[in-house]
Amino acid sequence: MSLWKIAWRSIQQRALASTLTAVSMGLGVALVVAVLVVHTVVDRSFRRGGEGYDLIVGHKGGRLELVLNTVYYLSQPIGNIPESYRNDLLEGRVDPEILVETAIPICMGHSYRGFRVVGTVPELFEKLRYRDGQQYRFAQGENFKAENHFEGVIGATVARETRLKVGDRFKARHGVGEGAVDHAEEFTVVGILEHTGTPNDRALFVNMEGFFAIHSHASDGAGHDDEAHEQAVAGDRGEHHADDELAHDLHDHGPPSRSVTALLVCLDQSTPGITWRLEREINDGPVAQAVVPAGVIANLFEGIVGNVQLILLIMAVLIVVVAGLGVMVSIYNSMSDRRHEIAVMRALGASRLVVMLVILLESILLSLGGGLLGLLLGHGLIGALSPLILKHTGVAVGMLHFQTVELLLIPGLVILASAVGYLPALAAYRTDVARSLTSTP
Amino acid sequence: MLQLKDIKKSFTQPDGTELPILDIAEFNVAPAEQMVLVGRSGGGKTTLLHVIAGISRPDAGKVRIDDWEITLFSEAECDRFRAERIGYVFQTFNLLPGFSALENVLLAMRFTRGRPDKARARQLLERVGLGHRTTHKPTMLSVGEQQRVAVARALANQPKLLLADEPTANVDSGHQQQVLDLIRQTCAEEDVALVLVTHTPEVAGQFERVDHLEEINQVVTGT
Repeated sequence: MSLWKIAWRSIQQRALASTLTAVSMGLGVALVVAVLVVHTVVDRSFRRGGEGYDLIVGHKGGRLELVLNTVYYLSQPIGNIPESYRNDLLEGRVDPEILVETAIPICMGHSYRGFRVVGTVPELFEKLRYRDGQQYRFAQGENFKAENHFEGVIGATVARETRLKVGDRFKARHGVGEGAVDHAEEFTVVGILEHTGTPNDRALFVNMEGFFAIHSHASDGAGHDDEAHEQAVAGDRGEHHADDELAHDLHDHGPPSRSVTALLVCLDQSTPGITWRLEREINDGPVAQAVVPAGVIANLFEGIVGNVQLILLIMAVLIVVVAGLGVMVSIYNSMSDRRHEIAVMRALGASRLVVMLVILLESILLSLGGGLLGLLLGHGLIGALSPLILKHTGVAVGMLHFQTVELLLIPGLVILASAVGYLPALAAYRTDVARSLTSTP
Repeated sequence: MLQLKDIKKSFTQPDGTELPILDIAEFNVAPAEQMVLVGRSGGGKTTLLHVIAGISRPDAGKVRIDDWEITLFSEAECDRFRAERIGYVFQTFNLLPGFSALENVLLAMRFTRGRPDKARARQLLERVGLGHRTTHKPTMLSVGEQQRVAVARALANQPKLLLADEPTANVDSGHQQQVLDLIRQTCAEEDVALVLVTHTPEVAGQFERVDHLEEINQVVTGT
């Protein structure tokens, strides 16, 4: 008969108290599992936003703002860059040795019912990829065509929340929030993107030519000449004030060239380190800044979201520790009842160390049993919620989605159990055999 | 095989004074001898058994079992020696309630150097008439059956000395003789020396050797 079995028998004897103790430990462990999965989901969905291209090129200024604005459609655009810079990149005028495969223009400054309207080109959905190299697909309809200036496609979340369907029309609103004004022109929805789990689910994408055109007409009302407004820029220095500043520029300095908020750049990666080289060259130049989104997103994640995750994890671990203290209290409270049993074992020849070990093993069994219960509970919940998680974040997590860090739970629980079991084990160690044997069991 | 020499044992009382319990100049038991020790309640009988078993250390004197002077042993050595060479039958049986009859016997084997011998444990339970109740927990056994399991447990490791502390005191009168016969018979079969403590004259009357604790213990206590 092993010491494990002796410890197990003791647990069985106090079935109700043991079960409750293990369940409290299980809930703590389930919470840790949940936090770890939430961490994975947030991490993946966060980093996924910047996948599919190598560089973001935009107006000089804050790197983080550029990424927030371009990748997540958050915050205000920091400014625009000339559209001609796209050709400079594609035609090798920035660095003749670097082959830029694609430079997708992004124009912002409009919204529809709270969702961003993004002016771009059809190549965005043809040449860029998302989530581990997947191609954009349309749940309904198709991509907009370059020659049809007032066509657009919408993200899955936008479709769900606005109930826009293929064939419906919508008016882009100049700016975001209060004070925004609807443009007269309407865009026709020609496609609804499949759910991607990226910020693109929450945006409407329209033909960039139409985007420029509505800018032009909006500015007509301000009394500027048509030629200048045909070349209007989008989102110059902030969304809501873009037109005003544009008008000011036109008035003072004549017609500006067309400009865009950002360019999403894909490079021929056959030469190692080429991304960093082009980034440095663009940043050294006077026109624009370039950022590698992955690096900025990683910093943002670790700096802000990562800390929240850490706090959640610490709280979850504290709950496990409190559950561990519950194990200690449960075993310690049983010690007065068990002193006689311990004395009997000692009288049968068990050494002090053996009875101490039995108590420690009992603590370990309770903690590991609770931990196993917690893992099953945590992963069962994840399995049950996985369709919901996939729908809302695009991150696929299954019931068997284990993380390496979960392996730490086993030694962690053993260490915790040994620590909390020490006090009752010490009580067992110190049991006065002769006195306990003569007392009534 | 058992020799006690100049054993003294006292307990410290709450007021700090020492209460002498044992003062025994000499006490011997031969190999396979069966003897009974009678005495009044509180006379130090259980304390004497604890001292012989190494559960309590005497304040002075020597306890020798076979060639081993256990009073020189460390506590851990004493535990191991007790597990391997001394059987103990308690007045209140002291079976562990969470374990079956078989497991209670196996438990005693767990604390020796050898591996628990399940076949011997079953054989012992059969010998005490409980071969059909090996999986029963103590609460499912009658008082007499519990004491029989306790006897089987005490003999599990083939001890050379069996200490029985009032083994029939908690057994109903109908089964007292049965338990007593069982202990004496199994000790005889296994060549085990028996020191049986009792305050019942009927039990004592069945032994050839009857020692009165009051006669060998120079401390006058008890009620």
